[in-house]
Amino acid sequence: MSVLLIAEHNNKEIKPFTLNAISAASQINEDVHVLVIGLNSEEVAKSISQVPNVKKVININNPIYENYLAENYTSVIIKLSGNYSHIVCSANTFGKNLMPRVAALLDVSQISDITKVISEDTFQRPIYAGNAFATVKSNDKIKCVTIRPTSFDPAPTSGGSAEIQNGDAAEATEITKFIKKEEIKSDRPELGTARVVVSGGRGMQSGENFKLITAVADKLNAAIGASRAAVDAGYITNDHQVGQTGKVVVPDLYIAVGISGAIQHLAGMKESKVIVAINKDGEAPIFSVADYGLEADLFDALPKFLEELNKLNTIQK
Amino acid sequence: MKILVAVKRVIDYNVQIRVKEDNSGVVTDNVKMSTNPPDDNAIEEAVKIKESGKAKEVVAVSVGEEKAQETVRKALAVGADRGILVKVDRVIEPLAVSKILKKIVEKEKPDLVFMGKQAIDDDCNQTGQMLAALLNWPQATFASKIEVKEKSLEVTREVDEGLETIEVNIPAIVTCDLRLNEPRYASLPNIMKAKKKPIEQISTGDLGVDVKSRIEQIKVEEPPKRKAGIKVASVEELVQKLKNEAKVI
Repeated sequence: MSVLLIAEHNNKEIKPFTLNAISAASQINEDVHVLVIGLNSEEVAKSISQVPNVKKVININNPIYENYLAENYTSVIIKLSGNYSHIVCSANTFGKNLMPRVAALLDVSQISDITKVISEDTFQRPIYAGNAFATVKSNDKIKCVTIRPTSFDPAPTSGGSAEIQNGDAAEATEITKFIKKEEIKSDRPELGTARVVVSGGRGMQSGENFKLITAVADKLNAAIGASRAAVDAGYITNDHQVGQTGKVVVPDLYIAVGISGAIQHLAGMKESKVIVAINKDGEAPIFSVADYGLEADLFDALPKFLEELNKLNTIQK
Repeated sequence: MKILVAVKRVIDYNVQIRVKEDNSGVVTDNVKMSTNPPDDNAIEEAVKIKESGKAKEVVAVSVGEEKAQETVRKALAVGADRGILVKVDRVIEPLAVSKILKKIVEKEKPDLVFMGKQAIDDDCNQTGQMLAALLNWPQATFASKIEVKEKSLEVTREVDEGLETIEVNIPAIVTCDLRLNEPRYASLPNIMKAKKKPIEQISTGDLGVDVKSRIEQIKVEEPPKRKAGIKVASVEELVQKLKNEAKVI
């Protein structure tokens, strides 16, 4: 039996985390089929068909799928589910919203947010904000699994030529209506996939002061992150939040500025390759995970840091 | 309108989690327990809607062991009118919890069901969506703003790209984000009053729900430890280390 992966996309392009999910899916079983549900999403289907790990793409187009409502997605996934041993997607807000609705209707106990594929039915997943890892085995006939994207490398995007098959839409729901999406556009790398992330916390003291973070991020071609405290205080928008209930990031370099390091924040960044902490409180828990800790007032340190970076001419992009 | 709010008893968010030596789970004995944080937001929102005159009754329900009564009692102390405790003697999976909640919904016939978007113990993020599926109700997950209209809710959702607004017909399920509101503290007089509010106790057997585990927990381990880092004395040293030692810039 094959794995059915639900693609996340915006009707024009595949979302990058779908590629990480494809890698995980092909570790479960090499026969990976990708389901693209959308409106005029032919280009998305075509680009996924070029991913070498993908054996088949099912493209289902209908105006009812324009805004990816879970209520509408679910019925079409259920219709196809009989041919599959696994239904998977990435564990971001898209997959977290969708998969349990599918699992419940299939009477399946879902396995959320896996970080490792051990076998076809056994997976590892973090619990308690990543303070423990559970190895779990599913005894359901169909396995519904969401994948922590940053735990798997993205699949290559060229070289494949999977068959694209068109599928039929299922019934639409009237109970939920999409109204709007306020998407924050930025020229920066995406937080989830950036090589470098510079994050600010409550220590930034204001939204205005985040310009110090921005300047460093510009220099390092980094994404900007934030602790929940900074988002709650209104310094920066929610799409920047890193942590247990925000985004999980695994960059090569994570710079935490004015972040004390609550367990919930550490859950979102402690797998980063190199962690830098800049904080004036030498006892702050963030130092316990930092490779390089600088005990300093961030308002002195950040401008100096930028100055030193400017002296280098070898910054990697 | 009637609002049912589901609350879960979990290890307090400030507790340092310890894995049991036999790798069978995490230590819960003599550990501080609290209401799952976003469930506090769910109760707060329901109580606020009641205070605005748009709801008549708020019912708090918890599925858990006997001690989960404390969690229900806390919901009563911040404004829920009455409580329900569905007793289970061990940890059950979100699918089983959602089946139990479905039975409670059929009995109580609420117009809205609120709960936190995720429990901070198992981090599953499933129960609300599963309950919505089983009831064939709309779901508004990760809500950071709720506007009650005549026959619907307009809900702002926190999604990866920013914010999304949807309209869901009532009856509906809403799972709450921590940013939805600022939960109030229970005042002493309200804690005293809450002791007189009724809590109905139900056993899962009475509901006829199959709560058998579908997932076998093979082991629980500590996360890999990070190698201890160093403190640097200056910004110059930091930049040099990042460039020459870590080679990340």
